[in-house]
Amino acid sequence: MNIFDKMMRLDRRWIFLFLIIVCVVTYIIPFKVPIHVVPEVRSIYDFIDTLEPGKIVLIAIDYDPNNLAELQPMTFAIVEHCWRRKIKIIFTALSQNGPGMAEQAIRDISDSMKVDKTYNGKFYKGREIKNGIDYTFLGYKPYYGLVILGMGQDFRLPFPTDYYGTPLDSIPMMKGVLNYDQTAGVIDISGGSITDAWINYGQGRFNFPLALGLTGVMTAQYYPYLGSGQIFGIMGGLLGAAEYEKLADNPGRAMGGMRIQLYAHMVIILFIVMGNVGFFMNKRKKKLREKGI
Amino acid sequence: MKRQIPFALVFIFGFFTIFQYFVPHESSEWVYEFLLDWILIIGIFALALGIWSLWRVSIDKINNRRPNWGYSYVTLAGLFLMIIFGFTAKNGDSWGYYFPFVIAVLLVIIMLIQTIKAKGQSKILYIGLALLFLIISILIGYFDKSWSIHFSTSEGLKNTMFQDFFDYILIPILSTMFSLLAFFIASAAYRAFRARNVLATILLVAALIVMLRFNFYLPGAEYFARTSTWLMNVPNLAANRAIVIGIGLGVVATALKVILGIERGYMGKG
Repeated sequence: MNIFDKMMRLDRRWIFLFLIIVCVVTYIIPFKVPIHVVPEVRSIYDFIDTLEPGKIVLIAIDYDPNNLAELQPMTFAIVEHCWRRKIKIIFTALSQNGPGMAEQAIRDISDSMKVDKTYNGKFYKGREIKNGIDYTFLGYKPYYGLVILGMGQDFRLPFPTDYYGTPLDSIPMMKGVLNYDQTAGVIDISGGSITDAWINYGQGRFNFPLALGLTGVMTAQYYPYLGSGQIFGIMGGLLGAAEYEKLADNPGRAMGGMRIQLYAHMVIILFIVMGNVGFFMNKRKKKLREKGI
Repeated sequence: MKRQIPFALVFIFGFFTIFQYFVPHESSEWVYEFLLDWILIIGIFALALGIWSLWRVSIDKINNRRPNWGYSYVTLAGLFLMIIFGFTAKNGDSWGYYFPFVIAVLLVIIMLIQTIKAKGQSKILYIGLALLFLIISILIGYFDKSWSIHFSTSEGLKNTMFQDFFDYILIPILSTMFSLLAFFIASAAYRAFRARNVLATILLVAALIVMLRFNFYLPGAEYFARTSTWLMNVPNLAANRAIVIGIGLGVVATALKVILGIERGYMGKG
């Protein structure tokens, strides 16, 4: 086996080793990666940033711990942005492990909200986030398509009580809130096919403004809906979350994770280039051999 | 009759759901909401069926000593532990005899599993032991006031054990499984992205541009970002839109076939 063969048929354990070294080193050494913000992320930020305090946004936490690395930073950035601007949130979690993810996010962001902070030059005083006043967590119900349709009629149809068993009618924030018409819009943060249901059964039928936060691999699939105007924004993967963090001037896990992703991509590109060099050189050698040179 | 009734039900409810969409009358909405309620109720039964199925499969694996049968005990322990945690909550600062109670309940389940596979005298022994542990768990539950059982309220969701098992066991396990994918994707990209022909070269170049879109070391980083956005918004959108429309038409055709009784796969044997 010559050098070019080796370049083409490298043992995959070498790739694993290089990748893990790069991930660990870039995790340890802190440095900033400049982020270029795309319009589809900016539109989500602008939507939240231009809402009047007291308005309600529905945030659907439709992912499981598998997608935590990519999607939890999105939830953190958007929810904190909403709460700093005193925008109320209705949370739903329509994937099986979603309630746990939502609870964890609510807990952690509520802690972060107690601290005074300045974002984009604007001072925000720390405050206590109260269940029933700043947010309502509806929880999980099976058959997400039907739950989305049901909420379009009345939130009380699929969720007579919130996740903690409190009847929706006795929650101050939910007084006068019947269905999507009383919300400013829906942001679905999802790692699976629930997104399709939000587009088809939710936006398609009830015509509310919808934005998506998706895993990196899902993103490309949902661009047709952006072009058709069915959704007004897409945040794709960790990069999308980092772009939102940059806009919100709230660097968090996503912007920190970008340096790891940047170098991991560079390692992958290096190996792809190496494989192609080996492939072409071998091809060339073969041709020369056939010609008898 | 066995076939006609399901066909009639699918036909009636299928057509009703289609027409209901175009009839915004109060009574039509009422029937629609009633149907949604029914489907949710059926969904809950499916959950119970799923738990029963998991129990049966795990017991079968343990009894027949199939490969990796030991893990079935872990599966069942996880299932029942989360159910116990979800229905119990601490009342004060101390857990009291909560953990002996949890162990006693788990021992009841283990004894029941042993009873299923045992024969003769040992069957009676295991039944006796299961009853003994059941009595112990009932006595602990009755006399220990430091925690309580909540079947009808959601107090159990505030149980720290329920949250901790999710936060410190399930999340790390699932995150670890998923993060391993990064290594396989890297290896697959190295093998698959070869410029073998024109189409493969286009794919390779597009992938490289998308991967390089936030690489600030490159002189034309901004250009890569813009090109990547164009790739997503134009060629990707066009191709995906064609696929989505194709799928949509396929779904409509299949739905009509099911409603009209041409497609009968849902009934089992064609």
